[in-house]
Amino acid sequence: MTDTINVQAAADKFLALVGRPLATWAEACVRCGLCAEACHFYQATKDPKYTPAWKILPIAKAHRARTGFLGMLGLAPKITEKDLKDWEELIYDSCNMCGRCTLVCPMGIDIATITGATRQAMAAAGIGPADLFAAADNARDRGSPLGLSSEKLVDRLEWLADDNEIDLPLDKKGAEVLLTVSSIEMMKYPDSIVSMGKLLNAAGVDWTFSSKGYEATNFGYLAGKSDIAKMLTMRIVEAAEALGVKTVIIPECGHAYGVMRWQAANVIGRPLPFEVFHITEYLAKLKREGKLEFKPFDKAFTYHDPCQISRRGGAAGDARYLLEGFAPNFKEMSPTANSNWCCGGGGGVQAIARSAPIRYEVFKIKTRQVEETGTSTLMSSCANCRLTLDEAKTATKWGGELASIVEVLAEHLVEKD
Amino acid sequence: MDLLDFARGPAINVAMAVMVFGVLWRLFAILFLGKAPDRTVPRMGTPGPLGAALREIARRMVPHPTFAFAERFSFFNGWVFHVGLAVVVFGFRPHVLFIKNLTGLSWPTLPSGVVYVVGAITLVSLAAALVRRLTNPVQRFISGLDDYFSWVVTILPVITGLVAVGHVGARYETLLAIHILSIAVLLIWLPFGKLFHAFLVFVSRGTTGAFLARRGV
Repeated sequence: MTDTINVQAAADKFLALVGRPLATWAEACVRCGLCAEACHFYQATKDPKYTPAWKILPIAKAHRARTGFLGMLGLAPKITEKDLKDWEELIYDSCNMCGRCTLVCPMGIDIATITGATRQAMAAAGIGPADLFAAADNARDRGSPLGLSSEKLVDRLEWLADDNEIDLPLDKKGAEVLLTVSSIEMMKYPDSIVSMGKLLNAAGVDWTFSSKGYEATNFGYLAGKSDIAKMLTMRIVEAAEALGVKTVIIPECGHAYGVMRWQAANVIGRPLPFEVFHITEYLAKLKREGKLEFKPFDKAFTYHDPCQISRRGGAAGDARYLLEGFAPNFKEMSPTANSNWCCGGGGGVQAIARSAPIRYEVFKIKTRQVEETGTSTLMSSCANCRLTLDEAKTATKWGGELASIVEVLAEHLVEKD
Repeated sequence: MDLLDFARGPAINVAMAVMVFGVLWRLFAILFLGKAPDRTVPRMGTPGPLGAALREIARRMVPHPTFAFAERFSFFNGWVFHVGLAVVVFGFRPHVLFIKNLTGLSWPTLPSGVVYVVGAITLVSLAAALVRRLTNPVQRFISGLDDYFSWVVTILPVITGLVAVGHVGARYETLLAIHILSIAVLLIWLPFGKLFHAFLVFVSRGTTGAFLARRGV
């Protein structure tokens, strides 16, 4: 949080953002409280302040202060510094924008979008978690939230290519496909990068990385800093345009997929000149085309749906298609797919250190789900989910294993000559 | 002009005018805000915005399968008092005659005995909704003045209506006047508080339906 709080900037931002959808959702709540049933933060704590509907209040108050009979007469209460401070924890630390509450709401209110807009207003006012804001600033200034600069990317790709005896093309003009990375993978799970390369190479895809637009994560979006969000989006768009690719692949990262697939064209104000796929969508496409074959994977495991890929992204089916006929001991957890519980770290919450205790409580919901399947391995397709689960696993001494779908697929690839 | 004349005349007419004006004003205020064009490419094979909106409006009439158990009270009780109110308002012969006098529209009505029973069930259901709001920690925490006031103005016409048909406590004309005045209060409040969800429910569900369907959800 910065020292100076500009409440007027927040009010102005709310006014600028509230169009028909947000106004409808801000006004439609009947306070039935059912959304609490869907929210892991409420379920983990049973504290009513985590009820998703409660998160509507700042945007509703700001909206009514500018519209409505009392608002037009200047008589409606205005958003205050106290409101913004009081709601900071609820909007940033304890909302993953996972959209699970949207499923249960009888009015169909989309709290995730409301949280996203409220973060923008708070960020405009200068309110928000310092570490999440620093990650966004890092991405702007150093190319990545974790300091993966262009030079470091080149170094690490060379190292990974040598170490794994694999071709990892960089800045290949005229390639069909641009593969992006999440710096979480590059710094912590580099096998995931190698696995993507191995699978694309095996399928004969003409692909490349870019040293200009490589970072798929968008901490500008997560922090509510819309100017940084746009800049980070533009880096990938410009890199893709410079290389002339027809497709951009988002790696194992949920929000990066959501931002590029379902927001980028609106952020930059024009249609994207390329198609966007999450890596599981693209691998499923290659499998459908008969370009990938896998040896059987016998281990018993379950699959965690990253919210932005399944519930918010519409791609839950592709991960299942990839596992079909390949993983006979895959057990669905309950609830699953679009109803699956969030890992607790999405929406930038993983980057907020002070949220760790509540994240660990949320993790218990996930471990319970895993244990109910009778397996002890939890596979996912999002590096941020994996990092969240990995940290919580250590903190809570959970005995299960974590896995990446891309890594497992690459390990079981049938390599043809 | 006695109380009944006042209630039947200026009070209900003014209330109707406020309700109509308020509803139109609020709907226009929201719908005219506009929506930025969505330049993303919809997922292949998904329904268009109108189809998706209508599908979502229908789909949320029943609980999401994942939450059916959690929703059981809200779903059941919500349906009971919503349908109960509709049956009482649009099925009771004197109501239909009243509407006919105002608008010229009429339709077949239900036997009075049936409407009385439905009215009593609706009363119990609304009372249960309040008990739930007061005893459920989540609902109590998130509830505000609007929620309680809206409950009061909704249940008052049910109570006063049942009292009027039962001729309890005062002259029928007085009881009827009080009933009509309670309806006037309900009509005046309808556009300005949470009761406006009677209209917003369609806009909100439809908006979300179109939003999610584009993504293939």
